[in-house]
Amino acid sequence: MQTTDLAVEMRGIVKTFPGVIANDHVDFQLRRGEIHALLGENGAGKTTLMNVLYGLYRPDEGEILVHDKSVAFDSPQDAIAEKIGMIHQHFMLVQAMNVTDNVILGLKSNRVIVDEKNAEKRIDELAHSYGLQVEPRNYIWQLSIGEQQRVEILKAVYRDADVLILDEPTSVLTPSEAKDLFRILRKMKDEAKSIVYISHKMEEVMEISDRISVLKMGKLAANVMRSETTKVELARLMVGREVIFRLTKPPVKPGKPILEVSKVSALNDRKLPALKEVSFEVHEGEILGVAGVSGNGQRELADVLTGRRTVTAGTIRIQEDDVTNSDSRKIVDLNVGFVPEDRVDVGLIMSLPILNNAIIKNYRDLSKGPFLDYSAAYGYAEKIVKEFGVKTPSVKYPTRTLSGGNLQKLILARDLARDPQLMIACQPTRGLDVGATEEIQSRLLEQRMRGHAVLLVSEDLDEILSLSDRIAVMFEGEIMGIVHASDAVLDDIGLMMAGSKRIGADQS
Amino acid sequence: MTSRRLNVIAPVLSTVAALLISAVPIYLQDVNPIFGYERLLFGALGDKLALTETFVVFAPLLLCGLAVALAFTCKFWNIGAEGQLYAGGLIGTFFAVYATSIPAVIAIPATLLFGFLGGAAWAAWPAVLKVKLRVDEVVTTLLGNWVMTYAVAAILFGPWKNPVTGWHESPAISDTTKYPILIAGSRFHLGIIVGLLVAVVFYIIIRKTKWGFELLAIGANPTASYAAGINVKRQIIIAAIVSGGIAGLAGIGQVAGIQFHMETDLSPGFGYTGVVIAMVGALSPIGVVLASFLMAVIVQGTQAMSRATGVPWALAEGMQGIILLCLLVGVFFTRYRLKVAR
Amino acid sequence: MSIPDAALITGVLGATLRLATPLIYGTIGETFSERAGILNLGIEGMMLMGASIGFLVGYDTGNLWLGILAAIIIGILLGMIMAFLTVSIGAQQHVAGLGLTIACSGFSFYIYRVSVEKNIAGGVTPHVTPFSTIPIPYLSQIPIIGEVLFNQHALAYIGLLLVPISTFILFRTRFGLALRAVGENPNAAATSGINVFRMRYLSLMIAGALSAVGGAWLSLAQSGMFLPGLTQGRGWVCIALVVFANWSPFKVLAGAILFGGIDAVQLSLQSVGWDIPYQLFLMLPYLLTITALILVSRRARAPAALLSSYKRED
Repeated sequence: MQTTDLAVEMRGIVKTFPGVIANDHVDFQLRRGEIHALLGENGAGKTTLMNVLYGLYRPDEGEILVHDKSVAFDSPQDAIAEKIGMIHQHFMLVQAMNVTDNVILGLKSNRVIVDEKNAEKRIDELAHSYGLQVEPRNYIWQLSIGEQQRVEILKAVYRDADVLILDEPTSVLTPSEAKDLFRILRKMKDEAKSIVYISHKMEEVMEISDRISVLKMGKLAANVMRSETTKVELARLMVGREVIFRLTKPPVKPGKPILEVSKVSALNDRKLPALKEVSFEVHEGEILGVAGVSGNGQRELADVLTGRRTVTAGTIRIQEDDVTNSDSRKIVDLNVGFVPEDRVDVGLIMSLPILNNAIIKNYRDLSKGPFLDYSAAYGYAEKIVKEFGVKTPSVKYPTRTLSGGNLQKLILARDLARDPQLMIACQPTRGLDVGATEEIQSRLLEQRMRGHAVLLVSEDLDEILSLSDRIAVMFEGEIMGIVHASDAVLDDIGLMMAGSKRIGADQS
Repeated sequence: MTSRRLNVIAPVLSTVAALLISAVPIYLQDVNPIFGYERLLFGALGDKLALTETFVVFAPLLLCGLAVALAFTCKFWNIGAEGQLYAGGLIGTFFAVYATSIPAVIAIPATLLFGFLGGAAWAAWPAVLKVKLRVDEVVTTLLGNWVMTYAVAAILFGPWKNPVTGWHESPAISDTTKYPILIAGSRFHLGIIVGLLVAVVFYIIIRKTKWGFELLAIGANPTASYAAGINVKRQIIIAAIVSGGIAGLAGIGQVAGIQFHMETDLSPGFGYTGVVIAMVGALSPIGVVLASFLMAVIVQGTQAMSRATGVPWALAEGMQGIILLCLLVGVFFTRYRLKVAR
Repeated sequence: MSIPDAALITGVLGATLRLATPLIYGTIGETFSERAGILNLGIEGMMLMGASIGFLVGYDTGNLWLGILAAIIIGILLGMIMAFLTVSIGAQQHVAGLGLTIACSGFSFYIYRVSVEKNIAGGVTPHVTPFSTIPIPYLSQIPIIGEVLFNQHALAYIGLLLVPISTFILFRTRFGLALRAVGENPNAAATSGINVFRMRYLSLMIAGALSAVGGAWLSLAQSGMFLPGLTQGRGWVCIALVVFANWSPFKVLAGAILFGGIDAVQLSLQSVGWDIPYQLFLMLPYLLTITALILVSRRARAPAALLSSYKRED
């Protein structure tokens, strides 16, 4: 039989989950020694397809060939045996253990005793060949995100993987770490490794890949060579229509400051400084966008503003009230809306009915004495669910029956229904489809139109640029600069995000 | 809805399974299990005496089950109901012994109050430790059981023994604080009604009040609850205190309704059984009432069965455990509709 | 130092190690199960069953070691039941453990009663000659220390050896690595190819076996009899000691010695005849364990996935 140079071939893969067809007869070929990007919006089916390849899911239909051999994986162990490795978006590392232990965890071996020394040696060698510098004795919780990702790559390489799947690898990296990653990937390509690169970011895909498969709504939309396509064409393939990169935004005159953050410093969970003398204001009728790669203090900023983390210095004022280090209850009572980054863990109680989540901020107003008026609550919940387009047969259903977009709409609904003077929205459209994204973005603009303040924290620069009146850039816990969106120079913002530029604080 | 049907069928099936399993040791003792079970049912439900005695056991089981269910609702793992029961008995009896000149109309509610406070206090410190210092409440409440039972023993063997008999029990409580018997010719006492009232209050709290709403939220997701403005720490402490208080009511109920003295063996483990009752009853007041009654039937009935068949009563305790485990399995099978892994 | 004082100290120290032995077994067993993510509240029941079955087999066969073997077997079985409940069915760990303890509590006494009925009817409480101590030649002649450390029961020596052995297993073998990973991040362990369910089953079987031996110690080595309430809540103390030892077998030894020591002191205080109810002394070890727990809780770092159930996704 003639051997092709296909490392992996997937034919006619179908994978369904209750209510959705994640992969709809998808074909995918990975040539040896190529970097093949899987491009598509969130929810297009890219991760699902690769989870099938990696043995995490069993396909409903279709076949998979690895080096021309037909395979059926029951678990990642099988895929690993066929030298396929996957680096997930959320790392599968044991924080309390060190690098070596994480790398050798689960390795098949006849030995009873762990051979740390040899393992360390091999790790050092591999790290050296691919430029994956890590100190094997360090514990995972001591490492930066970029280093942790390197450990994940080491895990795959240690098991002789020659097919590597990376799922949105730069979503947690700084621009310079991303550059390092690309260098590593190119080196691997040189060593005849084949790489699948899942991403929704066109810039990256255009930079690193040889070939691109575009997935749209579960189907394969196109399979092109990078050299033969353009960003615009790819965007069209991904979304199926002309993508308008800027929303139209009528000018609004900003009023007095609603939120004043003054020289706020705070520590992160590891007791290291996460916020360093952060200062900014958000005015009535204005959207202040906070740009920056995730992990530069945005999470901690949202925490201190909503009573979930103490500040070590500085003050926070909402209009007349000093809310520095106050309880979450005070913030809620001051009618501040909050869309957390972690929708499922911080924003909603998934096992309870939608009704409960809908009234969780204002149930005290729906009560007479100690008694909660559930029929009034029911009416209220139905009203806001309808008004904000949350699709559900009934508010009595458990919240976990809602889809991603509807979950987010519910979170917004319960806050916006109270007409908050300040809305803090963190990554509000992450992982949502285009329709839901537009809905949510227009709601935020609506708040602005009504003369309220919005603090928008997002790593989606397009979103920041189109929605914000002013843009603050965070890098390593500092505000590198605040500029007016209308004058914003994209390059400057990129430099600020990367930490290489500061612009004098701009008050207005 | 089929799941509701399952919710009824599963406990029934589990009970049947448990009875089948327990039939084996009975059979091995050359006793006909059917005869044994018939004696069990008769001994628990067969005549007025049996039924009232079953209710007498029902009361403390119900109160302990409710106490634990309340705490578990907000994920405060109160395994200390046994100690809280004793604490309630102790403090309540302390009042009751010296309340001789207070009329019953005041004395009985006051005794109840003291019983509640005793239990509440014994649950307060593990709660505070958990909330302020993150000390695991499973261990503190568990060990607390032992500390309290030893403390009670130390008091009853020492300074507070019965002055008349010298036995290690407290002096008798005042007649005005004894629970009235509600069914003549039996031991069916006020404590049973207290238990049912608490069940009703529990229902109202969970289904109709702000506090119940908050407890449910905290139990399901404390992080999101706090982010939404609920004072999680304070509510957990309050829930724990109320939980302890309810267990305290079980303790004082045993004193004022049955023993009339504070005893060192006030409870054969009601507090521990209460934990399993709470889970089997799915933390719902109706479920806890049913599960408690079922357990009361088993406890009462196995004693009768033992007398009639000669099977040692120790088996009864084992049977209780088997039934509890089978109920647990059944309950989790339906609730999670699991494919058994492995 | 006058001779009576030396004898007293030796007695207390020796008693310390003896009283600590069942705690060592139980706590190390519990450490294994908690390191894999399961809080095993069935430990008290496992100890009771070990005490009961161990005693009965030892009594019937006249061979105490067969009794220990029987305890090990019953412990493994109980561990499997606990694993079935928590791992396969996914039942709440607290409740499954308590249910198991309640069941074992009843059954342990029932089986005992049924087996020795005739003797009891005759008014004779069945007892065995407990394990005798095994003095190690030469070493046991050393004043005080020799008596304390080198004139103990075989099981005590084994218990002491268990500490370094289990430390080695947990931290130097692939099995231990996999087990700890399961308790820290079962998802990560699963994607690395570790069978989380199997690990948890094994850890509970180990816990069961060790706890049962700890219980058998109480009936076969300490008292020579089986009584209801023999364990005096020691199973629960083991749970606390695991936290105290920060989930490390080495520190378990310290905790067990501490508790055993207080117990030993309390026993000897009783014989001094103070006019204080002895129950206050009985309380002391528990109070001190709680205090130690409070002091330690701040620094304690539990396995990250302790108490969380693990469900396989598909």
